[in-house]
Amino acid sequence: MRRRTPRRLAAALMLAMLALPVQAEPVLRIGNGPEPESLDPQRMSSVSALNIARDLYEGLTRIGPDGRALPAAAQGWQVGDGGRRYTFQLRPGLRWSNGEPLTAEDFAAGLRRLVDPRTGAPFAQLLSCIVNAQAISEGRARPEQLAVWALGPSQVQILLRAPTPYLPSLLAHPASFPTYRPALARYGREFARPGRLVGNGAFRLDQWVVQGQIELVRNPHYWDDDRTALDRVRYVPSDDVAAELKRYRAGELDVSSEIPLVQAPQLRARLGDELHVATYLGSYFYGFNMERAPLAAQPGLRRALAMVIDRELIVAKVMNGLARPAYGWVPPGVSGYAPQSVDWAAWPMARRLAEARRLYAAAGYTPAHPLRVELRYNTHDDHKRIATVVAAMWKQTLGVEATLIHEENKVFLAKRRLRRETQIFRAAWIGDYDDASSFLDVLAGDNGRNDTGWRDPQYDALLAAAATEADPARRAGLLAEAERRALDALPVIPIYWYVSKHLVKPYVRGWRDNLLDYHYGKDLSLAPG
Amino acid sequence: MIAFALRRLLSAVPTLFVLVTLAFFLMRAAPGGPFDGERTLPPQIEAALAAEYHLDEPLWRQYLRYLGGLARGDLGPSFQYEGYRVGELIAAALPASLSLGAGALLLALVAGGAIGIVCARRPDGALDRVLGTLALLGVSVPNYVVAPLLVLLFAIGLGWLPAGGWRPGTLADMLLPTVALALPQIAYVARLLRGSLIEALAAPYVRTARAKGLPERTIVFRHALRPALLPVISHLGPAAAGLITGSVVVEQVFNIPGLGRYFVQAALNRDYTLVLGVVLLYGTLIVALNFVVDLLYGALDPRLRPA
Amino acid sequence: MNGARILLADRRLLAAALALAVVLVLVLVGPWFSPYACDEIDFAGDWSAPPSASGAHWFGTDSLGRDLFVRTLCGGRLSLLVGLVSTLVSLAVGVAWGALAGYRGGRLDQTMMRVVDVLYALPFMFFVIVLMVLFSRHLLLIFIAIGAVNWLDMARVARGQTLALRQREFVAAARLSGLDDLQIVRRHIVPNLAGLVVIYAALTLPQVILIESFLSFLGLGVQEPATSWGALVNDGAREMESAPWSLLFPAGFLTTTLLLLNVIAERLRAALERPGR
Repeated sequence: MRRRTPRRLAAALMLAMLALPVQAEPVLRIGNGPEPESLDPQRMSSVSALNIARDLYEGLTRIGPDGRALPAAAQGWQVGDGGRRYTFQLRPGLRWSNGEPLTAEDFAAGLRRLVDPRTGAPFAQLLSCIVNAQAISEGRARPEQLAVWALGPSQVQILLRAPTPYLPSLLAHPASFPTYRPALARYGREFARPGRLVGNGAFRLDQWVVQGQIELVRNPHYWDDDRTALDRVRYVPSDDVAAELKRYRAGELDVSSEIPLVQAPQLRARLGDELHVATYLGSYFYGFNMERAPLAAQPGLRRALAMVIDRELIVAKVMNGLARPAYGWVPPGVSGYAPQSVDWAAWPMARRLAEARRLYAAAGYTPAHPLRVELRYNTHDDHKRIATVVAAMWKQTLGVEATLIHEENKVFLAKRRLRRETQIFRAAWIGDYDDASSFLDVLAGDNGRNDTGWRDPQYDALLAAAATEADPARRAGLLAEAERRALDALPVIPIYWYVSKHLVKPYVRGWRDNLLDYHYGKDLSLAPG
Repeated sequence: MIAFALRRLLSAVPTLFVLVTLAFFLMRAAPGGPFDGERTLPPQIEAALAAEYHLDEPLWRQYLRYLGGLARGDLGPSFQYEGYRVGELIAAALPASLSLGAGALLLALVAGGAIGIVCARRPDGALDRVLGTLALLGVSVPNYVVAPLLVLLFAIGLGWLPAGGWRPGTLADMLLPTVALALPQIAYVARLLRGSLIEALAAPYVRTARAKGLPERTIVFRHALRPALLPVISHLGPAAAGLITGSVVVEQVFNIPGLGRYFVQAALNRDYTLVLGVVLLYGTLIVALNFVVDLLYGALDPRLRPA
Repeated sequence: MNGARILLADRRLLAAALALAVVLVLVLVGPWFSPYACDEIDFAGDWSAPPSASGAHWFGTDSLGRDLFVRTLCGGRLSLLVGLVSTLVSLAVGVAWGALAGYRGGRLDQTMMRVVDVLYALPFMFFVIVLMVLFSRHLLLIFIAIGAVNWLDMARVARGQTLALRQREFVAAARLSGLDDLQIVRRHIVPNLAGLVVIYAALTLPQVILIESFLSFLGLGVQEPATSWGALVNDGAREMESAPWSLLFPAGFLTTTLLLLNVIAERLRAALERPGR
């Protein structure tokens, strides 16, 4: 009996070899970062969920490879009332993935659901440019009062508070996508699951193994199904970038969601052709708690701290080139906007150091009496490395004694919001749509996401003026002036701008890097063989 | 016997009750909530979410509500995975964790047992020293180092096995994670068994057996092994609960949809119900496995059979 | 019980103890012999530079340009300190708990052991994470907490031993001489548990060091710029392909220390439990 064990083991091993991945039908396997929290377009918030939503559903518009809004479920739109009224014309014969007709009312209902506070939508404020949207999400009006109407079965009309030239971009965001009302009525919050979820995208949900994979299959009822190449798209979640990379290298993934920073140089050398790095709409920064002395009261001190951070070194050595040095708040590449930067951006380091030392001394600090600050960040290896280097730069150039404190993410966020314990904190902002206001709004005094607590009436006034300005050039000018005010006051220190970074196998066709890092499954295909 | 089993079962209920209570309030003592994110929610929406999940009620009422659900066999909705019930999530993750855990347990017992026996037969011999050192190494190297090394070697270097993923029933997917999960246990079992077997082989009744001229193999397997297995079993009982409920490291490195990640992810995401669900599962397993250990004790050593 | 005699009688125990002493000395005084500080970033030099025997960085540099030799030794200080504190806490709690329960017996024993049972059924990982989240700022507090969770085994073993000791004549004699229970536990029971405690200390220490390293894996470990072996091994594991030295040196120290501690525990057990051999 015991003698036979080795032979059995050998047989088992053989079996294992035979079971190695054999591609049955063409499926694109995409590494997708953390497990999505939901596939309900109005309830989701993570990048990984939004990625899948763009394949499962379709909005009135989509984002083209050049970053501009293109017609999607709508075949076109007219703008009237001085830029305040948009009328979208739907494509004829649109259907849900179960074959039922898809009408203008479905889109209007999706938007009403988004702003309804009972939905609990994280992106509820995305469309606050629509008349009554703000009031509804604050509970001061009923969802039916939203200024979105279905004009017959194939026209959607939207009335805006002020001209909003980027509305077509906003409508490419999954939060504005339609949800199938019968499924919603029947299953409530639990509708977004295989067998229940009905969408209108190029693919429909076939399988969802939590922490395993989400597999989509071609939707034959999609209007553009003829030009959809892939039969299946599989989104594979991973909490561990290094593990994802290993699966990519072993040929188990065709696209990776990320690249481990420390391995960037090796990957560049070995897999250079497969590496896709592109400007991305995201800003990594340190915020000051503007409600606590001494940093709140001393702009010179904030300026000094900002000046001595060697961003080029951080990008080159800590980020291994996978970022862009940031000297402004709004990332480069935003449509119709000239990027602003701090006045000392072009200064050589020596001049910056001299000026920073002068400011530091002027604020009353000396080597014997150094500034002592706490720098908080949420637990993550990359944040740790940057904080370590920044603290060392402050120490070596100015003599600042910065204590690093890492906190588990939820604790960190809660404290950052309270603005009691924090002094300097790590933060990041990823733009929701391609417009400077997606960034500038964050620093507005009444914005709930402004964790610095900075309030500048003039800044807020400039934003308000821009929001009602019809002329694009003048609007851009107002926004730029607001950004310059923020950069003079420096409630935040910009450190770097994100880049999107993927590994894409050479046989994946149709991949085009873009500012929002949107990649629609319907545009992609696998080269034969 | 049946009365004994029933008594054990009943005595487990208060243990689990205290456990759930402890975990419930510990979890709530942690700052931050399930809906805190980088993207702060507007207050009205936060309030709507809190109301939907009854987070706006006083804590004691939430606690009673949870206990009420438990009594009906409902572990509640997950906070993190929208639209999923905790029961469903655990049921979906259990097969992967169970098969991995069982595989690792078996491997630990077979491989660890074999090493332990080999070492014990010639204590302080060359083989014992080499294997003993290897076993010590097995417990001394963290598995977040071993697991990626296995992937690098067998998946990327040699290309024999997948680097990750989980297709139910696929042996190839199981092999590396099972080994990674089992390695420290193999080492532990080997050391435990070696020690107890050496002791057993020196016992008077074994000496008697030797004097009777029985072959060495019979002596080891018939006489010495049974009592020597006792400490191994009392170690493996609780260890099995750990193996079955999975390992974050192994699941993360091999991309496996198992339970282990929930212990960490759910706690970090403040997914209160999911945390309680896995804690309860673990506690139940511990109680059940301790019962199994007692039964095995009885089977291996009649003197320890419950009266 | 003569510790020195046991030590000298067992060559392997002696060798392991000496080797551990060497590691300790290296970790304690080593950093003084290096021109670098633990948290010093060499902005001008190469980051992730390979080790060189002749050059400045004997173990190379880490991914932030810090000298790995110094960091490995500094990390050792912290890992060992953490291990020591947690072990002491877990031994103190475990022995006190077990000895009291075992000596008093009856209902108190049942209740106390019931508490141990409940805590056993609590997933350790969950408990540690919650503690880390609650006490995120105070490293030592965390390890006191870990020690306070890790005492369960010790309590069980101490109780078992006490049950046996209770029957012995000297305890009865002490009782007759009018000592109260606490005094008897303190003067007669606990000292007789010393051998056991030593073995458990040697077994617990490596466990706690591994727990610390696992916390580093989760990102919940020590606060930069301080470091520990666990944190270093984690950083190194991320770079195992591009900069293997950043894994090998700290992992080598960690593994060697754990190995030595395990050998010591094993030999001590052999020596103390079977004095005849």
